[in-house]
Amino acid sequence: MDTHVEVRSLNVFYGDSQALKDVNLKLPKNQVTIIMGPSGCGKTTLLKSFNRFLELTDSTRVQGEVLIDGQNIYAPGVDVTEIRKRTGLLAQRPFPLPMSIYDNVAYGMRLHGTCKKGRAMDQRVEHYLREAGLWEEVQDRLHKPATGLSIGQQQRLCLARGLAVEPEIILGDEPTSALDPISAQHIEKRLNELKSEYTIVMVTHILRQARRLADYVVFMYLGEVVEAGPAREFFENPRMERTRAYLTGLI
Amino acid sequence: MKPRHIEEAAMRVLMFLSVLVVAGSLGAILITILVKGLPALSWEMVSQSPKGGFYLGKEGGILNAIVGSFYLAFGATILALLFALPIALYLQAYARNSVRADLVRLAMDVLWGIPSIVYGAFGFIIMMFLGIRASLLGGIIVLALLELPIMTRAIDEVIRLTPFDIEAASFALGATRFETATRVVVRQMLPGIITGILLAFGRAIGDAASVLFVAGYTDRMPTSLLRPVASLPLAVFFQLGTPYPEVQQRAYASALVLTVIVLVISLSSRWISNRLSRNIVK
Repeated sequence: MDTHVEVRSLNVFYGDSQALKDVNLKLPKNQVTIIMGPSGCGKTTLLKSFNRFLELTDSTRVQGEVLIDGQNIYAPGVDVTEIRKRTGLLAQRPFPLPMSIYDNVAYGMRLHGTCKKGRAMDQRVEHYLREAGLWEEVQDRLHKPATGLSIGQQQRLCLARGLAVEPEIILGDEPTSALDPISAQHIEKRLNELKSEYTIVMVTHILRQARRLADYVVFMYLGEVVEAGPAREFFENPRMERTRAYLTGLI
Repeated sequence: MKPRHIEEAAMRVLMFLSVLVVAGSLGAILITILVKGLPALSWEMVSQSPKGGFYLGKEGGILNAIVGSFYLAFGATILALLFALPIALYLQAYARNSVRADLVRLAMDVLWGIPSIVYGAFGFIIMMFLGIRASLLGGIIVLALLELPIMTRAIDEVIRLTPFDIEAASFALGATRFETATRVVVRQMLPGIITGILLAFGRAIGDAASVLFVAGYTDRMPTSLLRPVASLPLAVFFQLGTPYPEVQQRAYASALVLTVIVLVISLSSRWISNRLSRNIVK
Protein backbone atom coordinates (compact mmCIF):
# COMPACT_ATOMS: atom_id res chain seq x y z
CA MET A 1 0.00 0.00 0.00
CA ASP A 2 1.26 3.40 -1.06
CA THR A 3 0.76 5.92 1.74
CA HIS A 4 -0.34 9.38 0.67
CA VAL A 5 -1.41 10.97 3.94
CA GLU A 6 0.10 10.05 7.24
CA VAL A 7 -1.11 11.28 10.60
CA ARG A 8 1.26 11.10 13.56
CA SER A 9 0.03 11.49 17.14
CA LEU A 10 -2.42 14.24 16.23
CA ASN A 11 -4.23 16.02 19.05
CA VAL A 12 -6.71 18.80 18.40
CA PHE A 13 -8.29 21.04 21.02
CA TYR A 14 -11.18 23.48 20.71
CA GLY A 15 -10.59 25.70 23.68
CA ASP A 16 -10.57 23.29 26.60
CA SER A 17 -12.25 20.34 24.97
CA GLN A 18 -10.19 17.80 23.08
CA ALA A 19 -11.66 16.86 19.70
CA LEU A 20 -8.97 14.44 18.53
CA LYS A 21 -6.97 12.19 20.81
CA ASP A 22 -3.64 10.83 19.67
CA VAL A 23 -4.65 9.92 16.13
CA ASN A 24 -2.22 7.82 14.10
CA LEU A 25 -3.14 6.85 10.55
CA LYS A 26 -1.81 6.00 7.13
CA LEU A 27 -4.17 6.67 4.25
CA PRO A 28 -3.61 4.92 0.92
CA LYS A 29 -2.90 6.73 -2.34
CA ASN A 30 -5.43 6.67 -5.18
CA GLN A 31 -8.08 5.00 -3.11
CA VAL A 32 -11.25 6.14 -1.41
CA THR A 33 -10.86 6.42 2.33
CA ILE A 34 -14.07 6.76 4.26
CA ILE A 35 -14.03 8.29 7.72
CA MET A 36 -17.08 7.26 9.67
CA GLY A 37 -18.50 7.32 13.15
CA PRO A 38 -21.34 8.81 15.16
CA SER A 39 -21.93 12.59 15.30
CA GLY A 40 -19.38 14.55 17.25
CA CYS A 41 -16.73 11.84 17.05
CA GLY A 42 -14.19 14.10 15.34
CA LYS A 43 -14.60 12.96 11.72
CA THR A 44 -14.87 16.45 10.31
CA THR A 45 -12.10 17.71 12.58
CA LEU A 46 -9.80 15.02 11.26
CA LEU A 47 -10.72 15.88 7.68
CA LYS A 48 -10.13 19.58 8.28
CA SER A 49 -6.71 18.85 9.67
CA PHE A 50 -5.66 17.69 6.18
CA ASN A 51 -6.05 21.13 4.57
CA ARG A 52 -5.32 23.16 7.68
CA PHE A 53 -8.87 24.41 7.89
CA LEU A 54 -8.85 24.04 11.65
CA GLU A 55 -6.96 27.28 12.07
CA LEU A 56 -9.85 29.24 10.53
CA THR A 57 -11.64 28.76 13.84
CA ASP A 58 -10.42 30.76 16.81
CA SER A 59 -8.95 29.04 19.84
CA THR A 60 -8.10 25.82 18.04
CA ARG A 61 -4.86 24.10 18.95
CA VAL A 62 -3.21 21.41 16.87
CA GLN A 63 -0.41 19.13 18.12
CA GLY A 64 1.25 16.42 16.12
CA GLU A 65 1.98 15.97 12.47
CA VAL A 66 0.10 15.46 9.24
CA LEU A 67 2.32 14.36 6.40
CA ILE A 68 1.29 14.63 2.77
CA ASP A 69 3.80 12.86 0.55
CA GLY A 70 6.07 12.76 3.56
CA GLN A 71 5.98 16.53 4.12
CA ASN A 72 4.62 17.74 7.47
CA ILE A 73 2.01 20.38 6.60
CA TYR A 74 2.14 21.78 10.13
CA ALA A 75 5.88 22.41 10.03
CA PRO A 76 6.86 26.06 10.46
CA GLY A 77 7.41 27.90 7.20
CA VAL A 78 4.95 25.80 5.21
CA ASP A 79 2.85 27.92 2.86
CA VAL A 80 -0.75 27.21 3.84
CA THR A 81 -2.13 28.27 0.46
CA GLU A 82 0.16 25.70 -1.16
CA ILE A 83 -1.23 22.99 1.13
CA ARG A 84 -4.79 23.96 0.32
CA LYS A 85 -4.02 23.99 -3.38
CA ARG A 86 -3.00 20.35 -3.07
CA THR A 87 -6.28 19.41 -1.42
CA GLY A 88 -9.69 20.04 -2.98
CA LEU A 89 -12.62 20.33 -0.58
CA LEU A 90 -16.24 19.38 -1.08
CA ALA A 91 -18.25 20.86 1.77
CA GLN A 92 -21.49 19.60 3.25
CA ARG A 93 -23.48 22.18 1.38
CA PRO A 94 -22.19 23.56 -1.91
CA PHE A 95 -21.22 27.22 -1.74
CA PRO A 96 -20.58 28.66 -5.18
CA LEU A 97 -18.53 31.84 -5.28
CA PRO A 98 -20.52 34.99 -6.12
CA MET A 99 -19.67 34.93 -9.82
CA SER A 100 -20.56 33.12 -13.02
CA ILE A 101 -20.26 29.37 -13.57
CA TYR A 102 -17.22 29.95 -15.78
CA ASP A 103 -15.52 32.24 -13.26
CA ASN A 104 -16.12 29.76 -10.46
CA VAL A 105 -14.06 27.15 -12.29
CA ALA A 106 -11.49 29.67 -13.49
CA TYR A 107 -11.09 31.22 -10.04
CA GLY A 108 -8.43 28.83 -8.78
CA MET A 109 -6.47 28.87 -12.03
CA ARG A 110 -6.43 32.66 -12.00
CA LEU A 111 -5.31 32.71 -8.36
CA HIS A 112 -2.40 30.41 -8.96
CA GLY A 113 -1.66 31.66 -12.47
CA THR A 114 -1.76 28.11 -13.80
CA CYS A 115 -3.56 29.01 -16.99
CA LYS A 116 -3.56 31.94 -19.41
CA LYS A 117 -6.69 33.85 -20.32
CA GLY A 118 -8.70 33.22 -23.46
CA ARG A 119 -8.81 30.03 -25.50
CA ALA A 120 -6.61 28.02 -23.13
CA MET A 121 -8.73 28.97 -20.15
CA ASP A 122 -11.92 28.10 -22.02
CA GLN A 123 -10.54 24.65 -22.69
CA ARG A 124 -9.49 24.08 -19.11
CA VAL A 125 -12.88 25.21 -17.80
CA GLU A 126 -14.63 22.84 -20.19
CA HIS A 127 -12.28 20.02 -19.21
CA TYR A 128 -12.98 20.33 -15.50
CA LEU A 129 -16.71 20.78 -15.98
CA ARG A 130 -16.67 17.56 -18.01
CA GLU A 131 -14.66 15.82 -15.33
CA ALA A 132 -17.28 16.81 -12.78
CA GLY A 133 -20.05 15.63 -15.09
CA LEU A 134 -21.63 19.05 -15.42
CA TRP A 135 -20.59 20.25 -18.89
CA GLU A 136 -23.63 18.99 -20.81
CA GLU A 137 -25.97 20.84 -18.47
CA VAL A 138 -24.19 24.19 -18.34
CA GLN A 139 -22.42 24.65 -21.67
CA ASP A 140 -25.02 27.18 -22.85
CA ARG A 141 -25.05 29.21 -19.67
CA LEU A 142 -21.40 29.42 -18.66
CA HIS A 143 -21.61 33.14 -18.01
CA LYS A 144 -24.79 32.99 -15.98
CA PRO A 145 -24.63 33.20 -12.17
CA ALA A 146 -23.62 29.98 -10.46
CA THR A 147 -26.41 30.47 -7.94
CA GLY A 148 -28.95 29.72 -10.67
CA LEU A 149 -27.92 26.06 -10.66
CA SER A 150 -29.75 23.42 -8.66
CA ILE A 151 -28.08 22.37 -5.45
CA GLY A 152 -26.93 19.08 -6.98
CA GLN A 153 -25.41 20.93 -9.94
CA GLN A 154 -23.79 23.40 -7.54
CA GLN A 155 -22.06 20.55 -5.73
CA ARG A 156 -20.67 19.27 -9.03
CA LEU A 157 -19.61 22.82 -9.85
CA CYS A 158 -17.75 22.89 -6.54
CA LEU A 159 -16.10 19.63 -7.57
CA ALA A 160 -15.04 21.13 -10.90
CA ARG A 161 -13.80 24.24 -9.11
CA GLY A 162 -11.75 22.10 -6.75
CA LEU A 163 -10.32 19.94 -9.53
CA ALA A 164 -9.24 23.06 -11.42
CA VAL A 165 -6.46 23.81 -8.94
CA GLU A 166 -5.04 20.36 -9.71
CA PRO A 167 -5.11 18.89 -6.22
CA GLU A 168 -3.71 15.49 -5.31
CA ILE A 169 -6.31 14.82 -2.67
CA ILE A 170 -10.05 15.40 -2.70
CA LEU A 171 -11.59 15.89 0.72
CA GLY A 172 -15.31 15.38 1.11
CA ASP A 173 -17.18 16.46 4.23
CA GLU A 174 -20.45 14.54 3.85
CA PRO A 175 -20.64 16.00 0.35
CA THR A 176 -23.92 14.34 -0.52
CA SER A 177 -25.82 14.98 2.69
CA ALA A 178 -27.65 18.05 1.34
CA LEU A 179 -28.38 16.52 -2.04
CA ASP A 180 -31.31 14.59 -3.45
CA PRO A 181 -30.67 10.88 -4.16
CA ILE A 182 -30.04 11.35 -7.90
CA SER A 183 -27.52 14.16 -7.37
CA ALA A 184 -25.91 12.14 -4.59
CA GLN A 185 -25.48 9.24 -7.00
CA HIS A 186 -23.93 11.63 -9.52
CA ILE A 187 -21.33 12.74 -7.01
CA GLU A 188 -20.61 9.19 -5.85
CA LYS A 189 -20.15 8.06 -9.43
CA ARG A 190 -17.72 10.90 -10.14
CA LEU A 191 -15.70 10.20 -7.03
CA ASN A 192 -15.47 6.56 -7.99
CA GLU A 193 -14.14 7.52 -11.41
CA LEU A 194 -11.75 10.10 -10.04
CA LYS A 195 -9.96 7.79 -7.64
CA SER A 196 -7.64 6.51 -10.33
CA GLU A 197 -6.02 9.94 -10.40
CA TYR A 198 -6.74 11.34 -6.96
CA THR A 199 -6.65 10.21 -3.38
CA ILE A 200 -10.12 10.67 -1.96
CA VAL A 201 -10.87 11.10 1.71
CA MET A 202 -14.51 11.41 2.63
CA VAL A 203 -16.50 11.78 5.80
CA THR A 204 -19.88 10.15 5.90
CA HIS A 205 -22.33 8.79 8.41
CA ILE A 206 -24.29 6.89 5.79
CA LEU A 207 -23.30 3.27 6.22
CA ARG A 208 -24.51 2.18 2.80
CA GLN A 209 -22.61 4.96 1.10
CA ALA A 210 -19.50 3.89 2.96
CA ARG A 211 -19.97 0.31 1.79
CA ARG A 212 -20.44 1.44 -1.81
CA LEU A 213 -17.43 3.71 -1.99
CA ALA A 214 -14.84 2.69 0.52
CA ASP A 215 -11.53 1.05 -0.23
CA TYR A 216 -10.23 1.91 3.18
CA VAL A 217 -12.17 2.79 6.30
CA VAL A 218 -11.36 4.80 9.40
CA PHE A 219 -13.84 4.37 12.23
CA MET A 220 -13.82 6.98 14.98
CA TYR A 221 -15.52 7.26 18.30
CA LEU A 222 -15.26 10.12 20.81
CA GLY A 223 -12.21 11.65 19.20
CA GLU A 224 -10.26 8.44 18.89
CA VAL A 225 -9.61 6.13 15.98
CA VAL A 226 -11.15 2.83 16.97
CA GLU A 227 -10.27 0.89 13.88
CA ALA A 228 -8.75 1.57 10.49
CA GLY A 229 -8.22 -0.85 7.65
CA PRO A 230 -9.18 -2.05 4.20
CA ALA A 231 -12.92 -1.85 3.58
CA ARG A 232 -13.52 -5.53 3.02
CA GLU A 233 -11.96 -6.57 6.32
CA PHE A 234 -13.62 -3.72 8.13
CA PHE A 235 -17.15 -4.52 7.03
CA GLU A 236 -16.90 -8.31 7.00
CA ASN A 237 -14.75 -8.94 9.97
CA PRO A 238 -14.39 -5.94 12.28
CA ARG A 239 -11.81 -6.46 14.97
CA MET A 240 -13.16 -4.15 17.62
CA GLU A 241 -16.30 -4.56 19.67
CA ARG A 242 -17.30 -0.93 19.18
CA THR A 243 -17.02 -1.18 15.39
CA ARG A 244 -19.33 -4.16 15.46
CA ALA A 245 -21.76 -2.22 17.64
CA TYR A 246 -21.73 0.67 15.17
CA LEU A 247 -22.17 -1.53 12.12
CA THR A 248 -25.16 -3.22 13.67
CA GLY A 249 -26.66 0.11 14.67
CA LEU A 250 -26.11 -0.07 18.42
CA ILE A 251 -24.15 3.19 18.72
CA MET B 1 -68.83 31.13 2.21
CA LYS B 2 -67.10 29.84 5.29
CA PRO B 3 -65.89 32.35 7.88
CA ARG B 4 -62.23 31.66 7.12
CA HIS B 5 -62.82 32.43 3.47
CA ILE B 6 -64.55 35.67 4.37
CA GLU B 7 -61.58 36.51 6.56
CA GLU B 8 -59.24 35.77 3.65
CA ALA B 9 -61.25 37.95 1.27
CA ALA B 10 -61.52 40.82 3.73
CA MET B 11 -57.76 40.79 4.32
CA ARG B 12 -57.10 40.85 0.60
CA VAL B 13 -59.29 43.90 0.19
CA LEU B 14 -57.58 45.64 3.09
CA MET B 15 -54.13 44.94 1.68
CA PHE B 16 -55.17 46.14 -1.74
CA LEU B 17 -56.48 49.35 -0.17
CA SER B 18 -53.21 49.96 1.68
CA VAL B 19 -51.25 49.53 -1.53
CA LEU B 20 -53.64 51.93 -3.20
CA VAL B 21 -53.09 54.55 -0.48
CA VAL B 22 -49.31 54.32 -0.78
CA ALA B 23 -49.17 54.29 -4.56
CA GLY B 24 -51.88 56.94 -4.73
CA SER B 25 -49.94 59.28 -2.42
CA LEU B 26 -46.83 58.98 -4.54
CA GLY B 27 -48.88 59.57 -7.67
CA ALA B 28 -50.66 62.58 -6.15
CA ILE B 29 -47.36 64.16 -5.05
CA LEU B 30 -45.76 63.63 -8.44
CA ILE B 31 -48.79 65.02 -10.28
CA THR B 32 -49.00 68.06 -8.02
CA ILE B 33 -45.39 69.10 -8.48
CA LEU B 34 -45.53 68.30 -12.18
CA VAL B 35 -48.68 70.34 -12.80
CA LYS B 36 -47.62 73.24 -10.62
CA GLY B 37 -43.90 73.15 -11.24
CA LEU B 38 -43.51 72.25 -14.90
CA PRO B 39 -44.77 75.60 -16.28
CA ALA B 40 -42.21 77.47 -14.18
CA LEU B 41 -39.36 75.12 -15.00
CA SER B 42 -37.00 76.61 -17.54
CA TRP B 43 -33.38 76.41 -18.57
CA GLU B 44 -32.82 79.72 -16.82
CA MET B 45 -34.19 78.20 -13.63
CA VAL B 46 -31.58 75.46 -13.42
CA SER B 47 -28.65 77.30 -14.96
CA GLN B 48 -28.53 80.60 -13.04
CA SER B 49 -28.19 81.86 -9.53
CA PRO B 50 -30.86 84.19 -8.14
CA LYS B 51 -30.56 87.76 -9.39
CA GLY B 52 -31.78 90.77 -7.43
CA GLY B 53 -35.50 90.56 -6.90
CA PHE B 54 -35.63 86.80 -7.55
CA TYR B 55 -37.91 86.31 -4.60
CA LEU B 56 -40.21 89.01 -5.94
CA GLY B 57 -40.63 87.15 -9.20
CA LYS B 58 -37.74 88.67 -11.16
CA GLU B 59 -35.14 86.70 -13.09
CA GLY B 60 -32.64 84.17 -11.88
CA GLY B 61 -32.63 80.48 -10.99
CA ILE B 62 -31.80 77.97 -8.31
CA LEU B 63 -28.46 76.69 -9.58
CA ASN B 64 -26.91 77.80 -6.29
CA ALA B 65 -29.27 75.50 -4.40
CA ILE B 66 -28.78 72.58 -6.79
CA VAL B 67 -25.01 72.79 -6.55
CA GLY B 68 -25.20 73.46 -2.82
CA SER B 69 -27.36 70.42 -2.22
CA PHE B 70 -24.97 68.20 -4.17
CA TYR B 71 -21.98 69.55 -2.23
CA LEU B 72 -23.77 68.98 1.06
CA ALA B 73 -24.99 65.50 0.23
CA PHE B 74 -21.75 64.31 -1.39
CA GLY B 75 -19.62 65.67 1.42
CA ALA B 76 -21.89 64.20 4.07
CA THR B 77 -22.03 60.82 2.35
CA ILE B 78 -18.26 60.56 2.11
CA LEU B 79 -17.81 61.70 5.69
CA ALA B 80 -20.48 59.30 6.95
CA LEU B 81 -18.93 56.43 4.99
CA LEU B 82 -15.57 57.06 6.67
CA PHE B 83 -17.27 56.26 9.97
CA ALA B 84 -20.00 53.83 8.94
CA LEU B 85 -17.64 51.33 7.32
CA PRO B 86 -15.29 50.94 10.29
CA ILE B 87 -18.23 50.78 12.71
CA ALA B 88 -19.95 48.09 10.66
CA LEU B 89 -16.70 46.14 10.30
CA TYR B 90 -16.05 46.46 14.01
CA LEU B 91 -19.53 45.17 14.79
CA GLN B 92 -18.99 42.11 12.64
CA ALA B 93 -15.32 41.32 12.98
CA TYR B 94 -14.70 42.13 16.62
CA ALA B 95 -17.84 42.72 18.63
CA ARG B 96 -19.85 39.97 16.88
CA ASN B 97 -22.99 39.32 18.88
CA SER B 98 -21.76 40.70 22.16
CA VAL B 99 -23.75 42.99 24.42
CA ARG B 100 -21.56 45.83 23.22
CA ALA B 101 -22.53 45.21 19.61
CA ASP B 102 -26.19 45.15 20.54
CA LEU B 103 -25.76 48.47 22.34
CA VAL B 104 -24.13 50.04 19.29
CA ARG B 105 -26.94 48.73 17.10
CA LEU B 106 -29.54 50.04 19.53
CA ALA B 107 -27.84 53.45 19.55
CA MET B 108 -27.87 53.47 15.75
CA ASP B 109 -31.55 52.59 15.63
CA VAL B 110 -32.40 55.35 18.08
CA LEU B 111 -30.32 57.85 16.10
CA TRP B 112 -32.16 56.74 12.97
CA GLY B 113 -35.45 57.70 14.61
CA ILE B 114 -34.42 61.14 15.84
CA PRO B 115 -36.11 63.95 13.86
CA SER B 116 -33.68 65.83 11.67
CA ILE B 117 -34.58 69.20 13.19
CA VAL B 118 -33.07 67.89 16.44
CA TYR B 119 -29.82 67.15 14.61
CA GLY B 120 -29.94 70.67 13.23
CA ALA B 121 -30.57 72.23 16.63
CA PHE B 122 -27.87 70.11 18.22
CA GLY B 123 -25.39 71.09 15.52
CA PHE B 124 -26.35 74.70 15.95
CA ILE B 125 -25.64 74.65 19.69
CA ILE B 126 -22.24 73.05 19.12
CA MET B 127 -21.41 75.62 16.46
CA MET B 128 -22.45 78.49 18.71
CA PHE B 129 -20.28 77.06 21.43
CA LEU B 130 -17.31 76.84 19.08
CA GLY B 131 -18.09 80.22 17.56
CA ILE B 132 -18.53 78.92 14.02
CA ARG B 133 -21.00 80.43 11.56
CA ALA B 134 -23.53 78.52 9.53
CA SER B 135 -21.53 77.03 6.67
CA LEU B 136 -21.16 74.28 4.11
CA LEU B 137 -18.85 72.46 6.54
CA GLY B 138 -21.42 72.63 9.34
CA GLY B 139 -24.09 71.31 6.98
CA ILE B 140 -21.88 68.45 5.85
CA ILE B 141 -21.12 67.43 9.42
CA VAL B 142 -24.72 67.48 10.58
CA LEU B 143 -25.96 65.67 7.47
CA ALA B 144 -23.23 63.09 7.99
CA LEU B 145 -24.61 62.50 11.48
CA LEU B 146 -28.04 62.08 9.94
CA GLU B 147 -26.70 59.58 7.40
CA LEU B 148 -24.50 57.63 9.77
CA PRO B 149 -27.12 55.34 11.33
CA ILE B 150 -28.78 54.60 8.00
CA MET B 151 -25.51 53.68 6.35
CA THR B 152 -24.07 51.76 9.29
CA ARG B 153 -27.11 49.59 9.76
CA ALA B 154 -27.38 48.90 6.04
CA ILE B 155 -23.73 47.85 5.76
CA ASP B 156 -23.93 45.94 9.05
CA GLU B 157 -26.86 43.96 7.70
CA VAL B 158 -25.05 43.19 4.45
CA ILE B 159 -21.96 41.90 6.24
CA ARG B 160 -24.12 39.91 8.63
CA LEU B 161 -25.79 38.16 5.72
CA THR B 162 -22.49 37.17 4.08
CA PRO B 163 -21.97 33.48 4.87
CA PHE B 164 -18.50 32.53 6.07
CA ASP B 165 -18.73 29.40 3.95
CA ILE B 166 -18.11 31.51 0.85
CA GLU B 167 -14.83 32.68 2.29
CA ALA B 168 -14.05 29.12 3.33
CA ALA B 169 -14.66 27.98 -0.24
CA SER B 170 -12.11 30.51 -1.45
CA PHE B 171 -9.58 29.52 1.23
CA ALA B 172 -10.03 25.87 0.28
CA LEU B 173 -8.80 26.72 -3.21
CA GLY B 174 -5.62 28.16 -1.80
CA ALA B 175 -6.55 31.85 -1.78
CA THR B 176 -4.96 34.21 0.72
CA ARG B 177 -7.09 36.36 3.00
CA PHE B 178 -6.47 39.40 0.82
CA GLU B 179 -7.43 37.58 -2.37
CA THR B 180 -10.55 36.28 -0.67
CA ALA B 181 -11.49 39.73 0.58
CA THR B 182 -10.96 41.53 -2.72
CA ARG B 183 -12.20 38.91 -5.15
CA VAL B 184 -15.00 37.24 -3.24
CA VAL B 185 -16.20 39.16 -0.19
CA VAL B 186 -16.35 42.54 -1.91
CA ARG B 187 -18.29 41.07 -4.82
CA GLN B 188 -20.73 39.58 -2.42
CA MET B 189 -21.20 42.73 -0.35
CA LEU B 190 -20.80 45.57 -2.83
CA PRO B 191 -24.41 45.74 -4.08
CA GLY B 192 -25.74 45.99 -0.54
CA ILE B 193 -23.16 48.58 0.45
CA ILE B 194 -23.90 50.72 -2.60
CA THR B 195 -27.61 50.54 -1.88
CA GLY B 196 -26.98 51.63 1.70
CA ILE B 197 -24.82 54.54 0.58
CA LEU B 198 -27.35 55.77 -1.98
CA LEU B 199 -30.20 55.39 0.49
CA ALA B 200 -28.34 57.64 2.91
CA PHE B 201 -27.46 60.06 0.12
CA GLY B 202 -31.10 60.34 -0.87
CA ARG B 203 -32.07 61.05 2.71
CA ALA B 204 -29.43 63.76 3.08
CA ILE B 205 -30.14 65.62 -0.13
CA GLY B 206 -33.83 65.87 0.67
CA ASP B 207 -33.56 67.01 4.25
CA ALA B 208 -34.44 70.62 5.03
CA ALA B 209 -34.69 70.81 8.79
CA SER B 210 -31.18 69.73 9.68
CA VAL B 211 -29.48 72.25 7.37
CA LEU B 212 -31.77 75.13 8.31
CA PHE B 213 -29.59 76.33 11.19
CA VAL B 214 -26.21 74.89 10.38
CA ALA B 215 -25.76 75.51 6.67
CA GLY B 216 -27.68 78.75 6.39
CA TYR B 217 -28.77 80.00 3.00
CA THR B 218 -27.28 82.26 0.38
CA ASP B 219 -27.96 83.43 -3.15
CA ARG B 220 -24.35 82.92 -4.12
CA MET B 221 -22.81 79.82 -5.56
CA PRO B 222 -20.94 77.84 -2.90
CA THR B 223 -17.24 78.67 -2.98
CA SER B 224 -15.93 77.88 0.46
CA LEU B 225 -16.42 75.25 3.13
CA LEU B 226 -16.67 77.99 5.72
CA ARG B 227 -19.41 80.06 4.11
CA PRO B 228 -23.16 79.50 4.10
CA VAL B 229 -24.56 77.39 1.33
CA ALA B 230 -27.96 77.12 -0.34
CA SER B 231 -29.86 73.86 -0.57
CA LEU B 232 -32.85 72.69 -2.59
CA PRO B 233 -35.18 71.80 0.28
CA LEU B 234 -34.68 75.27 1.76
CA ALA B 235 -35.09 76.85 -1.68
CA VAL B 236 -38.51 75.22 -1.80
CA PHE B 237 -39.27 76.36 1.72
CA PHE B 238 -38.33 80.00 1.21
CA GLN B 239 -40.01 80.40 -2.15
CA LEU B 240 -43.18 78.80 -0.96
CA GLY B 241 -43.21 81.24 1.93
CA THR B 242 -43.45 84.32 -0.28
CA PRO B 243 -46.82 85.88 -1.12
CA TYR B 244 -46.15 85.99 -4.88
CA PRO B 245 -47.82 83.29 -7.02
CA GLU B 246 -44.99 83.19 -9.59
CA VAL B 247 -42.41 82.61 -6.85
CA GLN B 248 -44.58 79.93 -5.30
CA GLN B 249 -44.75 78.28 -8.68
CA ARG B 250 -40.97 78.29 -8.78
CA ALA B 251 -41.03 76.53 -5.41
CA TYR B 252 -42.87 73.69 -7.09
CA ALA B 253 -40.39 73.73 -9.93
CA SER B 254 -37.57 73.49 -7.37
CA ALA B 255 -39.40 70.63 -5.68
CA LEU B 256 -39.67 68.98 -9.07
CA VAL B 257 -35.90 69.27 -9.58
CA LEU B 258 -35.25 67.82 -6.13
CA THR B 259 -37.70 64.98 -6.66
CA VAL B 260 -36.18 64.10 -10.00
CA ILE B 261 -32.72 63.99 -8.40
CA VAL B 262 -33.94 61.72 -5.60
CA LEU B 263 -35.84 59.57 -8.08
CA VAL B 264 -32.82 59.19 -10.34
CA ILE B 265 -30.66 58.25 -7.36
CA SER B 266 -33.05 55.66 -6.00
CA LEU B 267 -33.81 54.14 -9.40
CA SER B 268 -30.16 53.99 -10.35
CA SER B 269 -29.26 52.46 -7.00
CA ARG B 270 -31.82 49.75 -7.68
CA TRP B 271 -30.46 49.23 -11.15
CA ILE B 272 -26.86 49.07 -9.97
CA SER B 273 -27.60 46.68 -7.15
CA ASN B 274 -29.71 44.45 -9.40
CA ARG B 275 -26.91 44.30 -11.92
CA LEU B 276 -24.23 43.63 -9.35
CA SER B 277 -26.24 41.22 -7.27
CA ARG B 278 -27.09 38.70 -9.97
CA ASN B 279 -24.12 36.66 -8.82
CA ILE B 280 -24.69 36.99 -5.13
CA VAL B 281 -24.84 33.83 -3.04
CA LYS B 282 -27.75 33.70 -0.63
